[in-house]
Amino acid sequence: MKIKLQAFLMLFFISIPLFAQEQTKDSLVPKTLQEVIVIGNKAQLYQKQSKSLATIDDYLQKSGKVEMIKRGGYAWEPIINSMATERTLITIDGMRVFGACTDKMDPITSYVEVSNLSEATVTSGQQGGCHGATIGGSIDLKRNRSGFLNSGWDTSINSGFETNSNQKIIGTALNYAESSFYVDTDLMFRDADNYTAGNNQEVLFSQFKKFNVSGTSGFSFDKNKLVEASVIFDKATNVGYPALPMDVSLAEALITSLKFEFVPKAEKITSELTLTNWETKIYYNTVTHRMDDTKRPFVPIHMDMPGWSDTYGYYSKIKGVFKNHHFLADLNSFYNRSVAEMTMFPSDPNESLMFMFTWPDVRTLYNALFLEDNIVLNCHSSLKFSTSIAHHFNKVSSQLGLESLQIFYPNMKGTKSSILKSITANYSYDLNGFQYGLGLGYGERAPSVSEGFGFYLFNSFDRYDYIGNPELKNEKSVEGNAFLGYKNKKMSTKISSSYFHISDYIVGKPDATLIPMTIGASGIKIYTALDYATIFNTDLNVDYQLNTEIKWSGQLVYSYGKDHENKNLPFISPLRYSSSFIFKRNKFSYEIAVHGNATQTQYSPFYGEDRTPDYAILNFASSYSFRWDKSKWNVGAGVENILDTYYSTFSDWNNIPRKGRNFFLNVSFGF
Amino acid sequence: MKFQLKNILAVVAIAFALFSCSDNKDTTPTINELDGLTKFKEITNTSHTIELYTHAGALEQGYNEISLRIKDNASGQYVKNATISWVPMMHMMTMTHSCPKSEVEKTTTEGTLYEGNIVFQMAQNATEYWDLKVDYTINGTAYTATSVIDVPASVKQRVTTFTGSDNVKYILAFAEPHHPKVALNDITVGVYKMESMMSFPIVDNFKVKIDPRMPSMGNHGSPNNVDLTQSTSDKLYHGKFSLTMTGLWKINLQLLNTSDVVLKGEAITDLVPASSIYFEIEF
Repeated sequence: MKIKLQAFLMLFFISIPLFAQEQTKDSLVPKTLQEVIVIGNKAQLYQKQSKSLATIDDYLQKSGKVEMIKRGGYAWEPIINSMATERTLITIDGMRVFGACTDKMDPITSYVEVSNLSEATVTSGQQGGCHGATIGGSIDLKRNRSGFLNSGWDTSINSGFETNSNQKIIGTALNYAESSFYVDTDLMFRDADNYTAGNNQEVLFSQFKKFNVSGTSGFSFDKNKLVEASVIFDKATNVGYPALPMDVSLAEALITSLKFEFVPKAEKITSELTLTNWETKIYYNTVTHRMDDTKRPFVPIHMDMPGWSDTYGYYSKIKGVFKNHHFLADLNSFYNRSVAEMTMFPSDPNESLMFMFTWPDVRTLYNALFLEDNIVLNCHSSLKFSTSIAHHFNKVSSQLGLESLQIFYPNMKGTKSSILKSITANYSYDLNGFQYGLGLGYGERAPSVSEGFGFYLFNSFDRYDYIGNPELKNEKSVEGNAFLGYKNKKMSTKISSSYFHISDYIVGKPDATLIPMTIGASGIKIYTALDYATIFNTDLNVDYQLNTEIKWSGQLVYSYGKDHENKNLPFISPLRYSSSFIFKRNKFSYEIAVHGNATQTQYSPFYGEDRTPDYAILNFASSYSFRWDKSKWNVGAGVENILDTYYSTFSDWNNIPRKGRNFFLNVSFGF
Repeated sequence: MKFQLKNILAVVAIAFALFSCSDNKDTTPTINELDGLTKFKEITNTSHTIELYTHAGALEQGYNEISLRIKDNASGQYVKNATISWVPMMHMMTMTHSCPKSEVEKTTTEGTLYEGNIVFQMAQNATEYWDLKVDYTINGTAYTATSVIDVPASVKQRVTTFTGSDNVKYILAFAEPHHPKVALNDITVGVYKMESMMSFPIVDNFKVKIDPRMPSMGNHGSPNNVDLTQSTSDKLYHGKFSLTMTGLWKINLQLLNTSDVVLKGEAITDLVPASSIYFEIEF
């Protein structure tokens, strides 16, 4: 009862303040509760923000719903609505890709580059369930494409340098488009040394090197039929993870897809039914990840921990309009193979190597049907329903791996299957710039490979070895969300909130009878389920145009997460804020921004957290665009953390300090 | 077309016949008795040749499962109706003694093979050696044959000899598994006491506690091990132990008597990283 009241109060609270910022569309097209982070079209990469060559992580962090768990300078792990990888869904153009690292050192976002992407769509909660099961929400990374624009050749070169970490960036984009054919290619290379935290403290093992090349080519063989092939190859080497006991010698991904798109010519099938778009994609991706500790000076025992993840999948999505119903049906499926192993080298070279499977060749087959109906009630309100049903099947393919897990679960079968259901309803209203929305949802997710089948996975945050649990139930979430916004010519403001009540919430629980494997570990945690946990997030965004040249933007985010015993959940953000003034005149723009967090008082010692002090950093960025001869130039320059503050945030793994003062210069030109 | 169908049916019928054949292992007449065994020694007297086999094709310090058969030198036939006993003997500088051993029994009633086990609690060295005396009776006539045998030290510890707190000398020998896996394994151990230089009977109703550890891995241990108790059928001690990875494992032991009093061995704690009695397994 108390919980329900709490939820109620929160829903009430969230409907008090404000909100804003969506794409403005035809008012008859229903609104979706999505947040779109524009990353940039190749040629205009620089027009979107002063630091155009920031990492994808930096872009995503702008969202009030997204935070980043940082284990170093590279490959940050996105958390959506205070929930990390297991409870969220990150896709690339609808494709499922799974990292190959048992320690989550390779989130999907680490295998793409800003130059590959045009935008990222952040969707909260069950509304993000189109491409798979999720609890917290989803991010769909949209690939860059020229389209059939008949623009001919377009070349651009991007380069950048950052003083802190000595990061060098060089990239090119080469595009060709005509009315029935286009090909886009891009290439980007980054090379960074160790960065220094505030007060000039070098953070050892924070270096990285990353190479990314991608291509997309579309061909329309009829006016309304399109075939598009896309490939991304990404390779990172010598990646340091200062917060972890191990680094990465190789993280490599090949992500490929082939898409068929059909836009029905005869617009109306009957007088009232129109099919607007039918898109089918088949895809394959393979990820290789090698953890390595050979560069670390003091390790109790050297170990190799490679992992592999291969995914095959497809989706077929059809959109249409029937009377005032805008509907969508998506049939999708993937098959994934995840293997990870660990080999330890005893100090006595005559001793046998110590080998185990940490992911015992787990195969996952997922089949789902997602349906959505967006009903335009009248010119200013709409109602959206979506539902999905999925079959999730796991199989442990390695006999050795299965027998290893049977040490803990003698009656364990090699297979497990479950049905995942999801349903949501959202109402939104928009009149004269004033808008609000309310939604309810229910969803389920199956345990991840680590949660279900992991074997002695060391978590350097709470210093426990984790053992998967094949007997876990599905996690179930009931959510409520609301937003309220107001927008006029001068200002736009929006507050949005979401509340999750998650039953059978999966966490690791210490088992004192078990002896850890990792030398120096505190013990063993077995994945188990709490009765429930509750998570609440709310974010306020305000934009205010002071005059034609100056705009102020502010963001305030509050999160809350407790388990059924009222203990804090990990990685719950303290109050965080940002405030920035953007000044634009002609081709110049300047931005001065403050980002900060309040002191983290709601931390969780049980999960290895401690109190993180408050901080605030000051950033400055500027950019200037000009034409020179026939080429278009953009120069961006700025200083981050101007005051060289030494700080770390609630989501910095083991309190690893963040970057100190950093001067950057981005130069792009296109012709 | 008709002809082809007939052929197909024939093939199917044959396949069925073959399948049903391979399913019924019991009736298959040609079992190779020596399957998986390798001869390591022949002991010859005037009338017979005794062939000795093990899985590894050699003996080593510790628990050895030994198979043998007796060939009539005159006819070349293998004897099926012998009654056999054996006496292994260690010849030391100052004394001789035997070791734990089982009876010798026929492997199958129809076959020619006999089997038993011997626990060599110590290895040979430059001056000390083992020999094996085989006494057998065929149709009322007694024969004997003796020969020196090679018992080198085992690479890893497979047998441990100690005096318990009750002042009795005990021998613990690791019998199985031959091929440990990363899994929950069945374990078999022989528990013997030394009554005299010649008598090493199996001890009844004791208990063997086990704690597998990896010294190279910070003394990592494994869960869900089952302490060993004696089986009524083979008199050996059976339990379960889990190995979470490949490598060198130390199986720490404690021997408890019928009143659950620890006769030897220590429980593993932070201060006591290893027991005074243990086996080693490396794979």
